[in-house]
Amino acid sequence: MALSGMRGLSVFISDIRNCPNKDQERLRVDKELGNIRTRFKNEKGLTPYEKKKYVWKMLYIYMLGYDVDFGHMEAVSLISAPKYPEKQVGYIVTSSLLNENHDFLRLAINTVRNDIIGRNETFQCLALTMVGNIGGREFAESLAADVQKLLISSSCRPLVRKKAALCLLRLYRKNPDVVNIDGWVDRMAQLLDERDIGVLTSSMSLLVALVSNNHEAYWSCLPKCVKVLERLARNQDIPQEYTYYGIPSPWLQVKAMRALQYFPTIEDPNCRRSLFEVLQRILMGTDVVKNVNKNNAAHAVLFEALALVMHLDAEKEMMSQCVALLGKFIAVREPNIRYLGLENMTRMLMVTDVQDSIKRHQAQIITSLKDPDISIRRRALDLLYGMCDISNAKDIVEELLQYLSTADFAMREELSLKAAILAEKFAPDLSWYVDVILQLIDKAGDFVSDDIWFRVVQFVTNNEDLQPYAAAKAREYLDKPAIHETMVKVSAYLLGEFSHLLARRPGCSPKEIFIIIHEKLPTVSTSTIPILLSTYAKILMHTQPPDPELQNQIWAIFNKYESCIDAEIQQRAVEYFALSRKGAAVMDILAEMPKFPERQSALIKKAEVAEVDSADQSAIKLRAQQQTSNALVVTDQHSANGPPPTVPAVGPLTLVKVPSTSGNAEHTSEGQALTQPNGTLTKIDPQTPSEDLLGDLLGPLAIEGPPGAAVQPQQNAVSEVGGVPSAVDGAAIVPVGEYSNSVQPIGNINERFYALCLKDSGVLYEDPYIQIGIKAEWRAQHGHLVLFLGNKNTSPLDSVQALVLPPAHLKMELSLVPETIPPRAQVQCPLEVLNLRPSRDVAVLDFSYKFGECEASPSSSSEQISSAYISVCRRVLSSMEISFRPPLKLQEVVRGVRPLPLAEMANLFNSFRLMICPGLDPNPNNLVASTTFYSESTRAMLCLIRIETDPADRTQLRMTVASGDPMLTFELKEFMKEQLVSIPTAPHGPTAPPTPPVAQVAQPTSPVKALTDPGAMLAAEWSFEDFGLVTRKKSVNGSFLVLVMDGQSLASFRPNNKAEPNK
Amino acid sequence: MHDSHARFHSPFSFRNFNLTSLLGRRNREKRKKVQCPRFTESARNSQFLFYYRSFDLSIRMIRFILLQNRQGKTRLAKYYVPLEDSEKHKVEYEVHRLVVNRDPKFTNFVEFRTHKVIYRRYAGLFFSLCVDITDNELAYLECIHLFVEILDHFFSNVCELDLVFNFHKVYLILDEFILAGELQETSKKAIIERMGELEKLE
Repeated sequence: MALSGMRGLSVFISDIRNCPNKDQERLRVDKELGNIRTRFKNEKGLTPYEKKKYVWKMLYIYMLGYDVDFGHMEAVSLISAPKYPEKQVGYIVTSSLLNENHDFLRLAINTVRNDIIGRNETFQCLALTMVGNIGGREFAESLAADVQKLLISSSCRPLVRKKAALCLLRLYRKNPDVVNIDGWVDRMAQLLDERDIGVLTSSMSLLVALVSNNHEAYWSCLPKCVKVLERLARNQDIPQEYTYYGIPSPWLQVKAMRALQYFPTIEDPNCRRSLFEVLQRILMGTDVVKNVNKNNAAHAVLFEALALVMHLDAEKEMMSQCVALLGKFIAVREPNIRYLGLENMTRMLMVTDVQDSIKRHQAQIITSLKDPDISIRRRALDLLYGMCDISNAKDIVEELLQYLSTADFAMREELSLKAAILAEKFAPDLSWYVDVILQLIDKAGDFVSDDIWFRVVQFVTNNEDLQPYAAAKAREYLDKPAIHETMVKVSAYLLGEFSHLLARRPGCSPKEIFIIIHEKLPTVSTSTIPILLSTYAKILMHTQPPDPELQNQIWAIFNKYESCIDAEIQQRAVEYFALSRKGAAVMDILAEMPKFPERQSALIKKAEVAEVDSADQSAIKLRAQQQTSNALVVTDQHSANGPPPTVPAVGPLTLVKVPSTSGNAEHTSEGQALTQPNGTLTKIDPQTPSEDLLGDLLGPLAIEGPPGAAVQPQQNAVSEVGGVPSAVDGAAIVPVGEYSNSVQPIGNINERFYALCLKDSGVLYEDPYIQIGIKAEWRAQHGHLVLFLGNKNTSPLDSVQALVLPPAHLKMELSLVPETIPPRAQVQCPLEVLNLRPSRDVAVLDFSYKFGECEASPSSSSEQISSAYISVCRRVLSSMEISFRPPLKLQEVVRGVRPLPLAEMANLFNSFRLMICPGLDPNPNNLVASTTFYSESTRAMLCLIRIETDPADRTQLRMTVASGDPMLTFELKEFMKEQLVSIPTAPHGPTAPPTPPVAQVAQPTSPVKALTDPGAMLAAEWSFEDFGLVTRKKSVNGSFLVLVMDGQSLASFRPNNKAEPNK
Repeated sequence: MHDSHARFHSPFSFRNFNLTSLLGRRNREKRKKVQCPRFTESARNSQFLFYYRSFDLSIRMIRFILLQNRQGKTRLAKYYVPLEDSEKHKVEYEVHRLVVNRDPKFTNFVEFRTHKVIYRRYAGLFFSLCVDITDNELAYLECIHLFVEILDHFFSNVCELDLVFNFHKVYLILDEFILAGELQETSKKAIIERMGELEKLE
């Protein structure tokens, strides 16, 4: 075979092949790319032949895995060459180098269309091929009609028509609207009468795509498919060239049967009968033959026939025939057939009545679980998983556990997950379940997610008879020399809760338990230590009478962790230490965990069937219902006359039930609860969490700039209560129903909203019946918000509905809100937010509930629905681009600003997470702030803001905002304007007392010295330049020194500043 | 020197392998060249990410076709789904790693991310097709063989070197064989005749 006739190309390929190593190859490629680039630059001297040669070379280089980021234009331009050789190269290289998303392709649409509608058959083929391979939506819209014409044209050769069929298929996949169903159904049916097998194969592919979308419309094609199948199966009128190892086009047979699987049933009895005849013949007539290819082809048809039989839900006899066949396949040595046998048996499980016959093959399937080929092992695992039910769960799960110790890494995760699911789903008894999960953790702890061990804890907590067993088991595992951290967690938790049940057994005294758990402490990570601390506290509590030695040991540990850097550990250490000194009261505080709400649907049903009318009982039932919402419920089950303090959990496992005994008020105040004097409601104390949050937020960011540095990436969460449809200012009540008793919100909603703009948590809405709190936590553009819905009354709130209407720029996902909030309970509903791009729109929370009045007036069932609209939005700030010009940098004079001392404004900025950078601007009347804005579109974007105030007239100021994104700049500027013009009356929460006037004492140089991090300095420097301050950098011993110059440059800046007030 | 270099990197003797006929017929003496192993990008991300969010999973079609030799050099790559270049490189690297060390006694199917790769080895070349997991595996397996038979017929006893120096012809043949991720023509005769027509035009 001649080497392509292109000498240059062959020489190049030889050169590449002669390169002794990768580096040389790269050198050769780079040289060639440079050569091609220069040749393409002065395109005039390029002959079509040369162009063609270079484009081929580019494709070759691209194929070797190098980036070819130029020359796309040349490849595309070859498409419009008049002669075939060049055109062909253009089409082929374009369809290899580009994909449908490349803009260059648009340039070619016209040429391609001309080729398709032109007379030249070869050009038609080239164009159809390229469109079929990489055509996108735009091609679909502009070319589909022409392609359809070619497909049904009688003057075209089959060669063109088969390409047209597949090209149309591609366009249809890109945009299903391009095929007009009404007009096309008959044409499609006609196409299936085609004699030419090539065209028929392509048309059948097209049909499969069409029916997979809409089988009803193509009903008339069904008998035709059966006909095609019959023709092939009987080998009638099939040219020799279309038989493959004696089998009439196995591919077309497979395709036809695939198409038939998209029709739900076959109603026409004749059609059905002839189809079943064919299927029967395939099922019975396929033998294992020696020739691999023939064997494969025959089995390809056979497996497709099996799938069709399963789909058609054939008679029992045929089904059992299929199961028998599959049973034979899973035992053969030929790996492909065995693999497919297992795979199809898994599919077969969907069909009823065959499970039992499949179970007979269990032993065989378990052998395949140990096959050396991972593909087969995966199929066997899937099948075992699918065929597992109560009768064989024990065997299968034990088999999986046994296999787990030898299984390779790639499968362990799937294995352990499946074993855990099966164990939970089909556990014959709960102790077995606990055994299985503990074994799982022991053997593959890395793959046991927290959910799984949480579940064990739930089961054990809820089943008293299981507790001693589980505790004993956990104790056993602790004796092992090296155990997985998850095992430490689960055993520590279980022993903390239930070890007192074992007290009489040898080796299970509180002290011994403590010692063996404490041994593990040095080996665990910070996430486990809090659990261990809880365990210690519980052990201490259970040691009655107190053992002074143990007490001292544990107190010493608490003391040690009181100064731990991890907030969670520290808090627990401090709290447990304080609590454990309370003496007997501790018994109540650290009592056993209350039962977890049940998840089993069976239990919920039972609860629903039983008619319960008392509030307490229904609360239990409702608690069960809330399960689905994965909401955490903290209920106080005591009557309303006692103080009902509930303690919001620090973590899911530290839920502490506080009974209403005397003297617990002080305990709760040590915790996070805030008991209101009238005892009506438990409210989240916004202070502690918000500080924690801030700490959390700042923690990982510390590397970017030292505290107080110019660039402090920050994020801001702002919640807003928007307007109400009824346009009543500030009133968020929409009375619905016959009784228009409206619910008056407590407090001004707008004020609440503005307050929430400044902090991460607080009360969003409150009325006599309900209180909605919100807590936000942001990690870059991901926000985790929690809505706290608290029922303030002694009867449940019904028909609770919450709907978040997000603006376009936020993606929000509210987890299910329970339909009912039990009396005096608080429900937490997590809300996940993703900020896509900067915008000032706020989200609206549409919230409604029904309140059936309590026993005082049982006859009147007045319904009140109140809606509060919450909005949650966020924005943030700062800058990184080297040059900021409009629209990246915007400046505006804002008037009518509420007069505010500079220090207070600085405070306000800080609470928006706009970090004031003192000292960047030598003018003490100016504020410079920076922040980082996170969103999907902008990623982390630095933003800078400068406020220039006029000491003479505090009602106006000039604001300059810059960031790397025009939209962000604009939105931020508008947001700041809004905030500055309508500063709420009480902009600061109780936590934010007026801080020392940071900005006023700003010295031009001293804070700058605080910049030690070069990155921060660099960023700060840009911001200087950007804000009109000339900076110079000098490299002193490799470190940057930033000098702020005054004099001329500043003078040129100041006049502007002064000019403003005159405007 | 070249030889020792090659031996150092590979335990197999593959000096002549790209002259080996793919369908195992007699060897022809073509020029001898030492193939150096290719080091692809590091396996930083071998995790099975859900990569194909851009297309509907219910569509059954060939996602891509790869021809790679044992060292991972790509001899032909055709993508029927829009992937970025970096993703293509990653896919090529991962598929090669997935198939190259599999025992010949194993199945010809491997799960790849959310899809399945049907591969077949001929001498030192791996032909891999990526298809939907519910597609008919054996049909695609034989489709690979048919393609190889066509190549063998066209190049008369094809070997890897033919495919290297005539890669553009291989693309042409493939375009006559598969289009839009679907089988277009299953007659060897029809494709060979068509290639003859096209050769005349050049």
